[in-house]
Amino acid sequence: MNQTELLNALAGLTLFSDLDQPQLESVAHTLSAESFPAGQRILRQGFSGSGFFVILEGEVGVRVDGEDVARLGRGDFFGEISLLLGEPPVADVVAESPVKVLQLAGPQLRDFLLEHPPVMFRMLQSVSRRLERANRRG
Amino acid sequence: MTSTTPSPGPGWATPPHPPGTYPVLVVGSGPGGLQASYYLSRRGIDHAVISADPGPGGMFRRFPFFQRLLSWTKPHVPLAHDTKEYERYDWNSLVAFEPEHRGIMPSLMDGSTEFPSRAEMEEGIRRFAERTGLSVRYQTPWQGTSRDGEHYVLHTPAGEYRSRVIILAVGVAEPLLPETPGIEHAVHYVDTREAASYAGKRLFIIGKQNSGFELANGLLHWASPIILASPRSAHLSVNLHSLSGVRARYIQPWEDADTGGGVFILNASIERITRHSTGLSVHTRRSDTSEPFIAEVDEVIAATGFRAPLLDLESVGVITFGRSGLPIMTNAYESATAPGIYFAGTIGQGVSGLKKYGIASNSGAVHGHRYNARLLVDDVAGRYFGMERQRPELPPGEVVGRLLTSASTAPELWHQKSYLAHAVSRDPDGRIRDEGIVSLAEYVDAAGPDGAAITVETDDRGDIHPALYVRRHGRVDVDVALESSPLLDFRSPEHHARLSTLVADVLG
Repeated sequence: MNQTELLNALAGLTLFSDLDQPQLESVAHTLSAESFPAGQRILRQGFSGSGFFVILEGEVGVRVDGEDVARLGRGDFFGEISLLLGEPPVADVVAESPVKVLQLAGPQLRDFLLEHPPVMFRMLQSVSRRLERANRRG
Repeated sequence: MTSTTPSPGPGWATPPHPPGTYPVLVVGSGPGGLQASYYLSRRGIDHAVISADPGPGGMFRRFPFFQRLLSWTKPHVPLAHDTKEYERYDWNSLVAFEPEHRGIMPSLMDGSTEFPSRAEMEEGIRRFAERTGLSVRYQTPWQGTSRDGEHYVLHTPAGEYRSRVIILAVGVAEPLLPETPGIEHAVHYVDTREAASYAGKRLFIIGKQNSGFELANGLLHWASPIILASPRSAHLSVNLHSLSGVRARYIQPWEDADTGGGVFILNASIERITRHSTGLSVHTRRSDTSEPFIAEVDEVIAATGFRAPLLDLESVGVITFGRSGLPIMTNAYESATAPGIYFAGTIGQGVSGLKKYGIASNSGAVHGHRYNARLLVDDVAGRYFGMERQRPELPPGEVVGRLLTSASTAPELWHQKSYLAHAVSRDPDGRIRDEGIVSLAEYVDAAGPDGAAITVETDDRGDIHPALYVRRHGRVDVDVALESSPLLDFRSPEHHARLSTLVADVLG
């Protein structure tokens, strides 16, 4: 994936959809591209020092205490809840296929969101949707 | 072709490793390829090494550009140069089991600086290969790849090489230029000219990572102004607690920028470069406000990184990712999608490990990947040659002391923090086994016997401490950070007592 393809991929993700080109380029240079083979844990339940991840390609499974609770794919993100709360993740996230992600170091998430308010707003929307769904189920 | 070849003298002996079928093939004669070849030879695995270069050294035959490395070899620490523990202070020597082959780099340096010259590094690599008896067929470039049954086939001008197992150590060394319109008016870092030729020039450097700052630092008293620009703000290694940030060696330009001395550091995307009669215009847009800014300069250098030259490997199933074109790999550096193809050396940085607090491994540098090579070769030995890892028995009374000694002195744990670990396990018969150095990600994610692994970690405050991962009932559920200590030696009675408690149920 070259830089143009990466920028196009980023622009197509809801999380970054309100950013202009220079801001997208800044995001592309701030987050690091990582890949994981199928079966590899990306986020580890109960472990300190985790990060924030945005899926570019592939599927991941979300598991709590070994039980599948959700699947995530392109454009979805994970890891933010434990970073915002300052606690270890409450779920494992495991690659279901070869997965390509963008990763942000956990300690950088706060500054990143403050520097990019439109991303923070989109993240808040997404978290609100999850909360709404959970409330309905409850 | 004549059937008899006159011998023109020394150095013209028949090159080793003629084309053919081998148990393992290694490509590359830099630190990555030679370290892998060393471990293969010590496991008794027959293999051929081929290289495009005329001699050993890899990237150090040419780089770094200003001929001085930024990795230490400290000669005057209170440890003998032939000990394993000394490797913590010597980032540049390749590593060996035999004491007489250790610590080659300090023997080549005059002691005036802890940073070896490029030429010293190249010579150190050459001596390691010579002393440890490694054999390379030089001037035999890998030009293409195909598959023939269970074998991969590497095509070279000398002929075809076949093997089930290929170890590629070709570096992350292919210049990477952005697709910016007008980039043809810039040169890549690798084509930077002699420093004096930039005297009085207005210079624009694209990129604010180490290579960009290295150039700015080296050209500081020649070019003026120097503008460093890229979309992302620069980070210092001392703030990130990671060598992925700009190294302290290169921050003179940063201080210069802070004092208005003629260096400018901009967060901006580079939109295009145009040439006109008096120079170059670099059209940029600020990352925060999108305001346009045009820099008028004489020269543009793109310090925009490198990619792995993996040729046509995608045709045999290797999948790559990211700007650097790194393959998706297992924790043992095998392609996750083309079994039998392994990657040694700097390409191993594509295996991110736990990356706790965002701190990357040092696999992109010699002092990190020289240890990865042993894990790689152990995996090859086990999976393709049925050889078992050595797992010496450990008296239960020695477990805690052994782990704390590793956390305090093992170079693998200090150079690959949160990435490599020392593991000890309990067999079903109750015997305690020393598993040696393992991949921490593999230890915490794969099933295995109960036990514990210790590593060294740096957290987001920069605190360096041992961390313990205990495997119970086949799973690692939590990490435990142990207390640090003022001089980072964790062999105190308090550490001993704490660790004893933590592992009592699995290793007691």
